Amino acid sequence: MADTTIPERIPINLVVNGERRALEVVPWTTLLDALRDRLELTGTKKGCDHGQCGACTVLVDGRRVNSCLTLAVMKDGAEITTIEGLARDGTLHPLQQAFIDHDAFQCGYCTPGQICSAAGLLAEGRARDADEIRELMSGNLCRCGAYPNIVAAIEQAMSRS
Amino acid sequence: MNGYVGTPTSRVDGRAKVTGAAKYAGEFAADGLLHGFIVDATVPRGRITRLDTSDALKVKGVVDVLTHTHRVALADKDEAWKDEVAPEKGSPFRPLYDDRVKFNGQPIALVIAEDWETAKFAATRVRVEYEQEAFATDLETERGTSAKVDQPHKPRGDAAAALAGAAVRHEADYVLPTEHHNPMELYATTAVWDGSGSLTVYDKTQGVQNVHKYLCGVFDMKPEDIRVVSPYVGGAFGSGLRPQHQVVLATLAALALKRSVRVVLTRQQMYGLGYRPMTIERVALGAKSDGTLDAVTHEAIAVTSRYEDFSRNDTGWAEQLYKSPNSRLSHKLVHLDVATPCDMRAPGAATGVCALECAMDELAVALKLDPIELRLKCYSDRDQSEDLPFSSKQLRECYARGAEAFGWARRNPAPRAMRDGKDLVGWGMATGVWEALQMPVAVRIVLTANGHAEVSCAASDIGTGTYTIMAQVAADALGLPIGNIDVKLADSTLPQAPVEGGSWMAASSAHAVLGAAEDIRQELARLAKAIPDSPLGGLNASEMVLVDGTISKAGDKSRAVAIADAMRHGKLERIEKQKLNQFAEDKSHARNTHSAVFAEVKVDEELGVIRVTRVVSAVAAGRILNTKTGRSQIMGSVVWGIGMALHEETVMDHRFGRIMNANIGEYHIPVNADIHDIDVIFVDEPDDRINKLGVKGLGEIGIVGVPAAIANAVYHATGKRVRHFPITLDKLLG
Repeated sequence: MADTTIPERIPINLVVNGERRALEVVPWTTLLDALRDRLELTGTKKGCDHGQCGACTVLVDGRRVNSCLTLAVMKDGAEITTIEGLARDGTLHPLQQAFIDHDAFQCGYCTPGQICSAAGLLAEGRARDADEIRELMSGNLCRCGAYPNIVAAIEQAMSRS
Repeated sequence: MNGYVGTPTSRVDGRAKVTGAAKYAGEFAADGLLHGFIVDATVPRGRITRLDTSDALKVKGVVDVLTHTHRVALADKDEAWKDEVAPEKGSPFRPLYDDRVKFNGQPIALVIAEDWETAKFAATRVRVEYEQEAFATDLETERGTSAKVDQPHKPRGDAAAALAGAAVRHEADYVLPTEHHNPMELYATTAVWDGSGSLTVYDKTQGVQNVHKYLCGVFDMKPEDIRVVSPYVGGAFGSGLRPQHQVVLATLAALALKRSVRVVLTRQQMYGLGYRPMTIERVALGAKSDGTLDAVTHEAIAVTSRYEDFSRNDTGWAEQLYKSPNSRLSHKLVHLDVATPCDMRAPGAATGVCALECAMDELAVALKLDPIELRLKCYSDRDQSEDLPFSSKQLRECYARGAEAFGWARRNPAPRAMRDGKDLVGWGMATGVWEALQMPVAVRIVLTANGHAEVSCAASDIGTGTYTIMAQVAADALGLPIGNIDVKLADSTLPQAPVEGGSWMAASSAHAVLGAAEDIRQELARLAKAIPDSPLGGLNASEMVLVDGTISKAGDKSRAVAIADAMRHGKLERIEKQKLNQFAEDKSHARNTHSAVFAEVKVDEELGVIRVTRVVSAVAAGRILNTKTGRSQIMGSVVWGIGMALHEETVMDHRFGRIMNANIGEYHIPVNADIHDIDVIFVDEPDDRINKLGVKGLGEIGIVGVPAAIANAVYHATGKRVRHFPITLDKLLG
């Protein structure tokens, strides 16, 4: 007889884009599903649920992570920045503007993850040239194949930051 | 025209996409939304003998489990299940219809729960038993069972005799593996129950009206009781041409439970739908010693399912590219216990032209001719299958411009002759070709007196830039700033559009916009002339243009009436015009796009690692409506071609008839670090015959030829000819 019981939900708090949000989740709820299904922040995308595509990339305490590989309960109290939190007072983040300027997307589905990942990359300060951007952005797949434009957009944002 | 058309205009939906505001099918909210999780078959062929859902139903939060024995009615006739892209021959797959299992990964139950986590957990508690049957999934072992497909290409001359007598002959099999589209967005549907029996279905599709008609047929619903909406599509590449499993299951569940239901496939489950079929391409070329062709034969043997015959034009392309007095083309299918293949970017051409262009390279080597020189010697100014001239064909210019940009003249023709440090360097080239198709599309324009226009159509924008090009064309035709144009797409209640595919949407939608805008212009001319002492008095409508928010005499802005004034005088707040654009049938010319693709590879001789360091793609595709989004389309297609050449392959374990790499960690698609310089050149190609704007479409042409150019470059670098794609390092080292 298979076990059919679901464990008790666990209350957690997340500070999402500067706003404190309380929710209850089962232990296997990912940060990604918490954002999309509970907090209705659907800007963060699900592309594989296995940490293979990077579409779910968000910033947790300033670092870029795959939210599909992060259990929500592990991040109780953490500061989360999603794509919805990057623009300030209606002004786009320099990376968002650069992505538009360089047409660094087509369908737009990987784009929030690319931009959050690029924001994390800029904060890391590790990428110095196009080759390093390519390498350090390779966890974010783009099936439309916008890679050269993504690199150009990140270079633009880097040069202006 | 104000001049948006032909410029590098940024995407009008760009802001929505970079801020996360763009909503995709699985992201629409609804009160009391339920979540479905699919249970899929684990055998490739047989019958379900037991499907025990009792444990799943015990899980707290589970609402129901739908199966073939527990569901609402589904249509019993094939006609209802045949969407507009369904193969002519066959019986489409019907999810949860009966106990038959036709392919591994087939959906057999839908667990519905209050939240996704619960549905996913409960799905693991569904117990299934099968009566398995003997099955076959391997094209290479089943090759002998192939059956010929009717194709339009008739044999010309006597290819067999010409081949036998040819001074130089090349004949080989090229094997192209199964590939999956893997758009980044998971296949998803949110079916919203409105409380009174009608549904709004948010679906990931390339054709909302195709899905609408299909759902009406499958569920015997009235057209007005169902609406299909798909404002943003997270990539599709052909995978969303036919209705996907989840749209049936979400609708089924919403109707059964009278609640809103979302069903999203897992990445793994997406491998249970359509794909580019594995194809063995047998090409034989016979040439005179001067390099002119005497004979071309091309036979394709491709996979299809047991229940539908899917085939595309793999073998007809030499008819358009290379002059040969004798040709014989055939297409065969092998029926296997797999899901039906479907269109995937440049279906037929991506595979067929890959084989043809590798074969041409091998022939050039045999003839000791430069590969471009061989192609120029065989250059065809006519489509030989129909013996027609082309509406335009600037392929010679593509070769010239591409070669110049690439530096082809500096190529040492000998294999293994070029090096960069310890890397072998290879330069290869290939030709690309696709059809310039156009379809009937209707557009509605509503112009308001404040100088804003809403342009609406049921067409999809799958990332191709349809929103943007329609806004550009409308802005130019109406004489308004592009910011005043609001484009509404992908709602089945909007004016008629076919599925977005085949590279036909740019030309088709642009001309539909022109048609509706022309009716608006006529109406404004009438209103403007009716104004007392109108500055346009005495002019015919044909002498007036819409420019800068006015209707004015062509070439004389001093004689103008503001659009707002014309409408106010006519006591109109809005002018609404809808027009169906049908292109006149013209069988006097062949219509194609072309490209010349040049690739540089660097191969680590010890490790066999291949990097594509440079690609130049010179494209002749008529007028380019938007050079920014158009360049992105070609660039993205080149990335696809790199994947096809070096990375992509769906691997089946034929002992179990099950895909082994059904995820995007093991099904390799190019990542950022795989992609280097890509130079896109649009060659001028005026074409006033094809349509008014001279537009041909860009969605497919960019991939065609790319895998062959890379394969030819790998040969040039290493002296090894790999004919079984993808070209992975083991094949170079082995």
